[in-house]
Amino acid sequence: MPPILELRGITKRFPGVLANDHIDLTLNQGEIHALLGENGAGKSTLMNVLYGLYHPDEGEILIRDKPAHITGPRDAIAQGIGMVHQHFMLIPVFTVTENVMLGDESITNGVVLDRKKVAQEIRDLSVRYGLEVNPDLYIKDLSVGIQQRVEIIKLLYRKADILILDEPTAVLTPQEADDLFQVLRNLKAQGNSIIFITHKLREVLELADRITVLRLGKVVGSADPKSTNSAELARMMVGRSVILSVDKAPAQPKEVVLKVEHLTVRDPRAGDAVNDISFEVRAGEVLGIAGVQGNGQTELAQALTGLRAVESGRVTILGHDTTHATPRQLFELDVAHVPEDRQQDGLVLSFPVEDNLVLNEYYRPPFAQGISLNFKEIERAAAERLKEYDIRTPSIFVKTANLSGGNQQKVIVAREFTGPIKLLIASQPTRGLDVGSIEYIHNRIIEKRDAGTAVLLISNELDEIMSLSDRIAVMYKGRIIDTVNAAEATKEALGLLMAGVQQDAAHAPEISPELKTEMQDEIA
Amino acid sequence: MTQATATSIPPATLAPAPRANVWRSILDTLTIPVLAIFTALVASGLIIAFTAPTVLELLPTFFQQPGVVLGTMWNTVITAYLALFQGAFGDWGAILQAVQTWSSTGDATELWRALRDPFESLVAATPYIFTGLAVAVGFKGGLFNIGVEGQLFAGAIASAWLGFAIDGLPWFIHLPLALFGGIAAGAVWAGIAGLLKATRGVNEVINTIMLNYIMFLLTDWLLSDGGPLRGSAGAPRTPEIYPTAYLPRLLPDPVRFHWGFFLAIGAVFFVYWFLWKTTIGFEVRTVGASPTAAKYAGIAVGRVIVLTMALSGSLAGLGGANELLGLNHYMVAAFSPGYGFDAIALALLGKSNPFGVLASALLFGALRNGATRMQSVASVPVDIISVMQAMIIAFIAAPEIVRWIYRLRAPAQQEREVFARGWGG
Repeated sequence: MPPILELRGITKRFPGVLANDHIDLTLNQGEIHALLGENGAGKSTLMNVLYGLYHPDEGEILIRDKPAHITGPRDAIAQGIGMVHQHFMLIPVFTVTENVMLGDESITNGVVLDRKKVAQEIRDLSVRYGLEVNPDLYIKDLSVGIQQRVEIIKLLYRKADILILDEPTAVLTPQEADDLFQVLRNLKAQGNSIIFITHKLREVLELADRITVLRLGKVVGSADPKSTNSAELARMMVGRSVILSVDKAPAQPKEVVLKVEHLTVRDPRAGDAVNDISFEVRAGEVLGIAGVQGNGQTELAQALTGLRAVESGRVTILGHDTTHATPRQLFELDVAHVPEDRQQDGLVLSFPVEDNLVLNEYYRPPFAQGISLNFKEIERAAAERLKEYDIRTPSIFVKTANLSGGNQQKVIVAREFTGPIKLLIASQPTRGLDVGSIEYIHNRIIEKRDAGTAVLLISNELDEIMSLSDRIAVMYKGRIIDTVNAAEATKEALGLLMAGVQQDAAHAPEISPELKTEMQDEIA
Repeated sequence: MTQATATSIPPATLAPAPRANVWRSILDTLTIPVLAIFTALVASGLIIAFTAPTVLELLPTFFQQPGVVLGTMWNTVITAYLALFQGAFGDWGAILQAVQTWSSTGDATELWRALRDPFESLVAATPYIFTGLAVAVGFKGGLFNIGVEGQLFAGAIASAWLGFAIDGLPWFIHLPLALFGGIAAGAVWAGIAGLLKATRGVNEVINTIMLNYIMFLLTDWLLSDGGPLRGSAGAPRTPEIYPTAYLPRLLPDPVRFHWGFFLAIGAVFFVYWFLWKTTIGFEVRTVGASPTAAKYAGIAVGRVIVLTMALSGSLAGLGGANELLGLNHYMVAAFSPGYGFDAIALALLGKSNPFGVLASALLFGALRNGATRMQSVASVPVDIISVMQAMIIAFIAAPEIVRWIYRLRAPAQQEREVFARGWGG
């Protein structure tokens, strides 16, 4: 049987870069074909070519064995190709039905919208593929996972049978991702063909029938998920062996850098977000803060970095009282901060990369003389940091919003890690990044530790905490319920602590069902 | 399976400096505004044609004598626009003739009379430049200063008071003093809104609107019968300022062109330098683009908000002082025809860039000035200019309309930028 979709020698050039270099790809009917590659490998460019958003410089597209000329999404949909973007295109104040019919309205009597008919069709699709979507609900009331299914329904409603999903799990919780996989399997079983774009190895191995790996705009190989493994895929993706665990020497802790005593932080909505916490971080060690999201880690980081008011208690950094210090004062004390929300706090997305590379240091020499900015120095430093931290951007003048998530994070890391930092507070430093970037950032953190920086690492990824930390403190409901030695910690023990169970406590509290699932997700 | 060697892209080789293609990007930037202005002229022409009494009279006979009707419409529009352009840029026939008279007789009266119109366009543009800059600075700092009109009044009142209340100063002290009075008054008036926003979180839009009302009513009271600034004359106005506080005119009567225009040009360069070349300007733009990132970067956000409002207000105040010291020489209640409100549209038109504001202000000034002549010569109401301005702004705000009319492709820039995002994943 001929493939339902075939790309032959697709080449797309952009000024200065070959984004797609003679890419061949086939998709058979009823298969899930995973397109795997690091951020920047050319996956999205290729799919945008297929979807008619870009015009290829060379190559051709065959759909059902016939050459296809796709000049825009409308053409693509007419040919049966549908795409679910990473960021959904839904109107929150419209119902599911209204969103689905938008742009393709079903009409009776010339003017009246026929919501009933569409709603019925949605119910049918929902039953057929196990989507469990109620057509009468408003988008704003739905979880992200269900919203994504509405996007899928939109495509099915338009009779698309070749579905492209661009990093669909990036916005989902692990549980939602598993549900999505089930939906995709149902779709496949009924004859739909799916291209699944991702950089997550686990998903590929679990879901795909075939894997094609892209690197630097080229197809570097394909693999059968049954006969390959994570390490091999990672090697193809990155082009070299990737150490999936961090290789580090035992810590050499020295003097106390950060000392937190009886810290309490209030959240106006939820009472005490951080409740009477005390701990120390020494130079040359990594203290990891583990915990299920929403147990006060965010507020703790914000309080320590001057972004949130401290209710009571005392914070000392290298002997200076910094309980009420401003971010600028902390910066002057050589405290670096990788913020949890990189797009909100860490970067000004509308500014060029060069400005973001000096965002906290613009005011002092060599970048400023008096009140006048020294652009020569800024550009020099920016170019240097670009190179040193391997930030992939056409130039330092590109808007930061146009960089990928991984490269945006590297901009922050480049800025924060430059110079002699004494204390590093890193919140979710690798959230949403690909394997290569994660490895890179982990190595940089360990490098800083070995150079004598005290590191406070806050992460929801238990793997990350366990592989980087020397000691692990577990937060639960605003308190540190235990601190353990990383070398002796096990996932199971940490998982119990994260759920609020103290092993040695005589009266262990009951674990609620939600907590149990959260806990299992963390452990998984 | 392919086993490629480790090659990472050296970012430096991928970096063709995009600053190189400056002319191309300027051309790209100008296409839409120029076409928007052209389209607005055409559309306004149609409105003029279909509202002229002569045309309306003939219109029922269109099918009997289409040629005559169309001819009348064409003539009406051409007459109106000729008057508009002569009013805006000068009647060059008359100017050449005046030059001849001057060279043969040595009498320059005619020449200055002929040159009045083009220079008057610059005079009309001057308050637009100041107020447009004021709004633009606010926008850059993420603040919507609707109170420019009130701040303009504040500046005018302060400079009027300093101008008439102090006698006996030499001009080189009196004039700067009056100007600085205007700057300070505008800065304080806007600074109140900034302070309320920074300390109490009161939205500056509401704030500045309310401060406008206070300022207008305060002006009325100050100038009312028995009010503190009321001049001795019967009309509600201040006494005239002393000539030592005048912004000197540069050319003989009746040309009103004065030094204020150069102050405005200076302000354009100052704002550009301040926003893009200084650390404080960097802070203003950072707070404007992302207050959370600004706080994270160690910027005192509240202080920057107050500073931005004060700077915005001081530009408006200088605009008020400039009008008063350069043209009116006394304060009246109907001091401004709404410069501070037009300035919002103007800043949008100029994309909050100081040079963009300058260009838009020159355009608005020329149109406003030309409209006067258009009304007297072709009896087309001045209001058509408001329609035209509104259309220009509408077309610029919705560039897709212009692209659709002229079948333009989306700029190449767009694909390049989307790519950079895609490239990054």
